[in-house]
Amino acid sequence: MTGTLERFEDAVRGATASTHRATPETIGSVLSELLVEPAVGAPPPFDDVSLADLPVSVATEPTRQQLLEASTGVTGAILGIASYGSVVLRSTADVDELVSLFPDRHVVLVRDRDVVDDMAAAFDDLVPLIADERADAIVATGPSATADMGALVYGVHGPTEVHVVVVRTDSHAADGTGGTG
Amino acid sequence: MAADRRERAARIKRILETSGDSVERNTLAFNRGRYETIDELDEYEALKDRAAAIKDDAIDRLPELIDEVTEAVEENGGTVYLAEDAADANDYVERIVREREAETVVKSKSMTTEEIDLADGIESTGADVWETDLGEFVLQIADDAPSHIVAPAIHRSREEIATLFNEYYDLEDPLETADELTAFARDVLSDAIENADVAVTGANFVTADTGTIALVTSEGNARKCVAVPETHVAVAGVEKVVPTVGDLRPFVELIGRSATGQSITSYVSLLTPPIDTPALPDDPGDRIADDPPDRDFHLVLLDNGRMAMRDDEQLRETLRCIRCSACLNSCANFQQVGGHAFGGETYSGGIATGWEAGVHGEDSAETFNDLCTGCSRCVNQCPVRIDVPWINTVVRNRIANGADRGRFDHLVRGLVPDEEAGGYPLQKRLFGNFESLAKLASATAPVSNWLVDLPGTRATLEYAFGVDRRRELPTFERESLVDWFEARGGEAASTKRANRARTPSLEHDRRAVLYPDVYTNYVRVERGKAAVRVLESLGVPVAVPDVPGSGRAPLSQGMIGTAQRQATAVVRALQSYAPAEYDVVVVEPSDLAMFRGEYEKLLPPAAFEALADRSYEILEYAYGLLENGADPDTLRTDGRRLAYHGHCQQRTLGLEPYTVSVLERAGHDVATSDVECCGMAGSFGYKREYYELSVAVGDRLRSQFVADGMADRTVVTSGTSCHEQLDALLERRPLHPVRVLDSH
Repeated sequence: MTGTLERFEDAVRGATASTHRATPETIGSVLSELLVEPAVGAPPPFDDVSLADLPVSVATEPTRQQLLEASTGVTGAILGIASYGSVVLRSTADVDELVSLFPDRHVVLVRDRDVVDDMAAAFDDLVPLIADERADAIVATGPSATADMGALVYGVHGPTEVHVVVVRTDSHAADGTGGTG
Repeated sequence: MAADRRERAARIKRILETSGDSVERNTLAFNRGRYETIDELDEYEALKDRAAAIKDDAIDRLPELIDEVTEAVEENGGTVYLAEDAADANDYVERIVREREAETVVKSKSMTTEEIDLADGIESTGADVWETDLGEFVLQIADDAPSHIVAPAIHRSREEIATLFNEYYDLEDPLETADELTAFARDVLSDAIENADVAVTGANFVTADTGTIALVTSEGNARKCVAVPETHVAVAGVEKVVPTVGDLRPFVELIGRSATGQSITSYVSLLTPPIDTPALPDDPGDRIADDPPDRDFHLVLLDNGRMAMRDDEQLRETLRCIRCSACLNSCANFQQVGGHAFGGETYSGGIATGWEAGVHGEDSAETFNDLCTGCSRCVNQCPVRIDVPWINTVVRNRIANGADRGRFDHLVRGLVPDEEAGGYPLQKRLFGNFESLAKLASATAPVSNWLVDLPGTRATLEYAFGVDRRRELPTFERESLVDWFEARGGEAASTKRANRARTPSLEHDRRAVLYPDVYTNYVRVERGKAAVRVLESLGVPVAVPDVPGSGRAPLSQGMIGTAQRQATAVVRALQSYAPAEYDVVVVEPSDLAMFRGEYEKLLPPAAFEALADRSYEILEYAYGLLENGADPDTLRTDGRRLAYHGHCQQRTLGLEPYTVSVLERAGHDVATSDVECCGMAGSFGYKREYYELSVAVGDRLRSQFVADGMADRTVVTSGTSCHEQLDALLERRPLHPVRVLDSH
């Protein structure tokens, strides 16, 4: 029986995005590999990781120009959905929606504990969030795409590349799922 | 009428030649993707039930939900405007654009804004309007109309788009690849989006409880449009409202699969506007989140005929539609011509008949409604279980009953004991009354067959009735199946034969009424005889009473009244064969589909259920007999190589596997076709105006059956229409599968 996390990663790759694993300790080096500068970012929706103390520079309070010229956007997801390889991006009053949308490369962090099995489980979390907080959220799966120009092309108005970094915050779960992708 | 038909035929031919290849390539890819991705979904049927139920509930409570969503959106800080019609909606949006003194308005793809020609309305304010969906952008530049409700420019090939861009922008370095075209369009549109003053989107769903809108997209343009400017106008038909945000789940799982054959699109935005995201500042050096967002959101809920559709018992189901395009992509006719032939002012494909009749009027539906042949392939594909063929039938009936009396009416008088008004179009009455014609032709055969060959007959048939002279007409048999069966001793003789053949292992003691459908009775009599003998050899006594036509022919012409009378007559004729003793076995799949399907709408519930419950397709029945101990060795088992094309309606009923299984158990090697429909579809392929389209549809089937590994196989097919189409397209003569099993 494959674990939820492995199914999630398989599905992410199936959706033409790449997967990576990190821990709060290794996140700096993982992101250094994935970020193409200039990079912009928004604080992820969890405390385990901060964009402030990375070895690469990420502008978290970008100007219009910085946003439009950035090569990479870094944000965090509130959920991962294993059956679809989707990440759920919450659009807050911060720049997270813009940062995940404008740069050509989107690097998105999701905690292993936030990966759920399927859409039903994702809605169990999303419904109260929307009903109680009137939250805005995007279920994002792979890069932006179109077939309108006569063939399938990745990278239209949204990112061309999506890199999903699973942040393992629970050492017990890490043992259970094995491997270090 | 003849001139109209010629014109319609010429138009379809032109579309086939200019965009047929592009439309076919794209729709087939969507269609294949849908089959593959729904296969991965364990709960597919349950999700469809849930989706249909949510929509029905919403339509039921619509006025109440509109009040609820208005309250929710206002509480969130937005505004709701209920627009009565297109002009009202345009006025409102134009007013917002003027108030904002907008110079640049960006739109994401929305069929509802197409319906009300909103882009033109906004341009009248002096603002520039940019369609930011790439397909829509192509159409905007080309001044063209959508040919598909999800992928609006599928009728244009990559080469044509390249030529369009290169010429329109006078490019020195001509664009060529899809990557280059996409990058170029993105750059042009990025400028517009980044400087936009107002964004206009549609909404795939609107939730009444929270005022949330769901936008289902892949390019990312809708996300950018919503995020960049401070003002966002969402335009949605009132039918887009669902009760709660939790109700979105089945739709999120179904819509991408049903539409483009993706398990999910790149982005499903669940926004509860005004959104929290800070708008993009104008000045390059300004920090984005510096100012608190001052966002302005307007939800325009459009009626434009929808509340009247809600009150219309027959059109009401159309309002469930989530505009996914499954009924377009699964339609054999649509796959050849797309929405420019199979579409009205705005909408395209099978469901367009309901939408066009509802929002633009029956005249718009009239131009393409005949392209729904009732093959029913879309029925199982619709994620909200809309009976698309039935809506087409009803609207066909309404249009035709409104038509004027023609000058050839005297030609069908006496031949047409139908229930329709005198003005009902002649061509439809001729095909709808095929049973009367067949009876007369059989009684006078072979003279009637010779008559057809006389000089001038075909010309008259084509001129007056639009029967294409390139089609071979059916040859009628002098001795009908019912007469043959009586002459060989009737039910008593059949009982003796069956009892002689009966194997002790058979655990089945019922009798079968073999339904003598019009074709089996008068034209394809051999398949009827084979069916009788096969049933007997499996140990079942047969009766072949004189039962009238099922009403399939008139129903296909929209003649609902006549079909209803026929249905009642069929039930009456079968009354003396008690359900406790007799099953009803049907050779022609389209008639079985009547018994199990459309009769529900034509008969009282008890009468419908009684007949539906005891009706079987001939090889479905044979399968059941083999499962209950009948001996397959009594069938003809000479190990033939067969190429089988199942009938469209038979496959919709899930019956194809029975035929394949019985043929295989009898030792035959079976390969099957992979097309939605043969293209003949009853009378459709006979009609002058649709002959070319019918042949184009059939060509996919033909090419499969002449391919390597198929060309040497005996062609078997279950439906009369398929038989005639294959007969015309192939050198080989097709057979009904029951004839392959008949050891006589």
